[in-house]
Amino acid sequence: MEKFIVKYFHLIRTIIAVLIGIVISVLIIFIISKNPGFSLKSFFLGPLLSKGRFGNFIETASPIILCGLAISIPFQAEQFNIGAEGALFIGAAVGTAFAVSTHMPAILHITTVLLIAGITGAIWGFIPGILKAKWNTDELVISLMMNYVAYFLGLYLINYHFRDKSAGFLVSYELPKTAWLAQFVPGTRIHLGIIISFAFAILTYYFLYHTTRGYEIRTTGINKNFARFGGINVFMVIVLSQVLGGFLAGIGGMTEVMGLHRRFNWQLSPGYGWDGVVVAIIGRNNPIYIIFAALFLSYLRTGGQIMNLLSDIPSEMVVAIQSIIILLITAEAFLERFKYRITIREAKRKEAIDEPNN
Amino acid sequence: MGTILSLKNIVKVYPNGVVANKGINIDVQENTIHAIVGENGAGKSTLMKIIFGEEIPQEGEILYKGKKVKIHNSLEAIAMGIGMIHQHLMLAPDLTVAENIILGEEPVKWKLFLDSKKILKKTEEACKEFGFEVPLNKLVKDLPVGIRQRIEILKVLIRNAELIILDEPTSVLTPQETEVLFKSLKELKAKGKTIIFISHKLKEVKVIADRVTIIRDGKDIATEDASKLTEHEIAELMVGREISFERIPEAEKTGEAYLKVNGLNYINEENLHVLKNVSFEVRRGEILGLAGVEGNGQTELVEILTGLREATSGHIFLGEREITGFTPRDIRELGVSHIPEDRMENGVAEKSTIQENIIVDRYYKKPFARGMVLDWKKITEHSEELIKQFKILAQSSKTPVSALSGGNIQKVVVARELSSEPKLIVADQPTRGIDVGSEEMVHELLMNARDNGIAVFLVSADLDEILKISSRILVIYNGEIVAEFDSPAKVTQEQLGPYMLGVKRDKH
Repeated sequence: MEKFIVKYFHLIRTIIAVLIGIVISVLIIFIISKNPGFSLKSFFLGPLLSKGRFGNFIETASPIILCGLAISIPFQAEQFNIGAEGALFIGAAVGTAFAVSTHMPAILHITTVLLIAGITGAIWGFIPGILKAKWNTDELVISLMMNYVAYFLGLYLINYHFRDKSAGFLVSYELPKTAWLAQFVPGTRIHLGIIISFAFAILTYYFLYHTTRGYEIRTTGINKNFARFGGINVFMVIVLSQVLGGFLAGIGGMTEVMGLHRRFNWQLSPGYGWDGVVVAIIGRNNPIYIIFAALFLSYLRTGGQIMNLLSDIPSEMVVAIQSIIILLITAEAFLERFKYRITIREAKRKEAIDEPNN
Repeated sequence: MGTILSLKNIVKVYPNGVVANKGINIDVQENTIHAIVGENGAGKSTLMKIIFGEEIPQEGEILYKGKKVKIHNSLEAIAMGIGMIHQHLMLAPDLTVAENIILGEEPVKWKLFLDSKKILKKTEEACKEFGFEVPLNKLVKDLPVGIRQRIEILKVLIRNAELIILDEPTSVLTPQETEVLFKSLKELKAKGKTIIFISHKLKEVKVIADRVTIIRDGKDIATEDASKLTEHEIAELMVGREISFERIPEAEKTGEAYLKVNGLNYINEENLHVLKNVSFEVRRGEILGLAGVEGNGQTELVEILTGLREATSGHIFLGEREITGFTPRDIRELGVSHIPEDRMENGVAEKSTIQENIIVDRYYKKPFARGMVLDWKKITEHSEELIKQFKILAQSSKTPVSALSGGNIQKVVVARELSSEPKLIVADQPTRGIDVGSEEMVHELLMNARDNGIAVFLVSADLDEILKISSRILVIYNGEIVAEFDSPAKVTQEQLGPYMLGVKRDKH
């Protein structure tokens, strides 16, 4: 049992953190709501209670997964590039611009549009990457600033050059049908984006843990000096990890446009890039865990929206509850003493077994 | 003469599950010099940290002057009269000597300003009282290690320490500096102080210690009067088996010069001339030893040779090929191995597994990768083989390096560097801080490499090591090669000392 605890410590800690977060949120709901039973139900079970809402839960997960992956690759290389939000936004804007101005058969159109969005995102990763590699600038600051550049540049592109004036809102022209990602579950808007994001999660996992480049990225992240000492081109790794991250974020933004809205309709940055940071941290930068972390987060988001709509709990509380859960998960020292005590007991028991052999 | 400190059944488990002390019992008599010896990883340093309050044991009792005490931090230890001089000196380099000595209890004027006159007076008195001469007004960063260590000792004395712990104090000193230290320690003993002295240099233990405790694998094996044990007996108790101390005969034949370094200069970021016109050759089938006190340009030289740093001017050749300015990968591809000075910083990625550490120079080559895809099965097989061959104590090749002891971590490094079929091995402090058993193994492997016609460049601050296995010896001081000895068999440590300190020089 104790061995089990030590081995799966991170998983157990995550679960306990989630449980504590839930307990606290239940308490808060009880304090605030006039009808706590109903509020709780809509928050925790809401996403499962209708097909449409279940659809919302899955739709939301897909850009979060891609952004989580986008963050995890640079994080694995110890590059704190948090530019996924910007890469996603500019990727989607440029991808939309390309999509509405070209005509191609469906499969080709979808691939090229995704590729254009990805490459645009990649450029957004390349800039902090090359600046870091060449002049040791802080990629965190640069990528943060690049987010603003992406946001306003994207808005400019859409609002001044690709705006559909016949629509009543500030949105782009509708994408041609050849660039749509199919919604394949009747009664929901679940689209191919979720499949694309799962595929990329598996690809990213394979890339990080089974290819030479992935090994270089992880090794550089664990000890940059060691990587250089061993002959790894650390310069290249720093740039590559951020370029790949930007690429995935760009695709993440584009799938949302192609699958869900079929137009670029963001006047505010959607925030998936920040969710990506959160799920990368919860998933400890492991692409497979990131899938689960993203599903978890989008479940919370969807449940929160439902509770906000149906009950008297404001959505602000939802964000507060999410934050408590994330805070507990990311607190490294949480339960560390408990683990230490178990480790000591384990070590002593091992000694006792070894002793007679000596 | 009573017992000043008595440790009873001390058990210490670290958070990562390593059991450093498994029930240690030691009595230290008042007014003696008590040596504690043991291989690295045996638990000496942990034990000292426990006495000094830097680590808290899980079990056991500490009796200080007959009273049971619990020491929670080093301030409590200092208040009780226990002082410690760490292996890596802890001084503020930009403060003067006097300020360093007084740091933490500075006399102040009007509760706000330093009273520099009083500082000088107090420190001067202390110097006189204990017979220590140090330049009180100089900045610590301008002084050699030997003097810095004396400052540390003074720091402890001025706080009225009665029990002074020195953790491997001689590892950074030249033979001459060591002598001065020993003289001071004897004087302190004459003044009634008790000294705990940690070392793994047995010669020194015999010279300085009254009593000696041998620790092996977290347990105290024996405590004896130092005069009753020979060096050899202590060594055997330390490792638990027979070991040899003799100088190993040289290889029969040396080949042509393989590594040629020509007029190498290096000026660092602070505009200091770190390497001055360094030229030498390493021949196939020889071990060229570079002796010198640390910080005289060795680190920079090795980094330039292995491509980690760029020389300001000069040329490096491997065989006929000039490799100046090559990348680390290019240089490794040409058959150069590098055992780095700081294994935790450069030699391993601590949180990676053993196998991931072993493949860092070969992961992209067949059979470990086909194209871009890694073959983990082949990698595991290869790593398990090396673990066996180099006797690395680990559960499997997937064990993280952080779970290994210092000696075993070094074995991982050595296993990687020697299994890459090198033509030149650059070994920088290859046995620093590892146990006698692993040290012997590393020496043997380097000599086997030599006998197989490999050129070996050994950089070491440990003169025993240099004298034991080198075929030729160079001495570096302040970035210059100041002496060369062609037959080390006739050289003694005392002969090398003056060159290392810059007092003497042969080459211009």
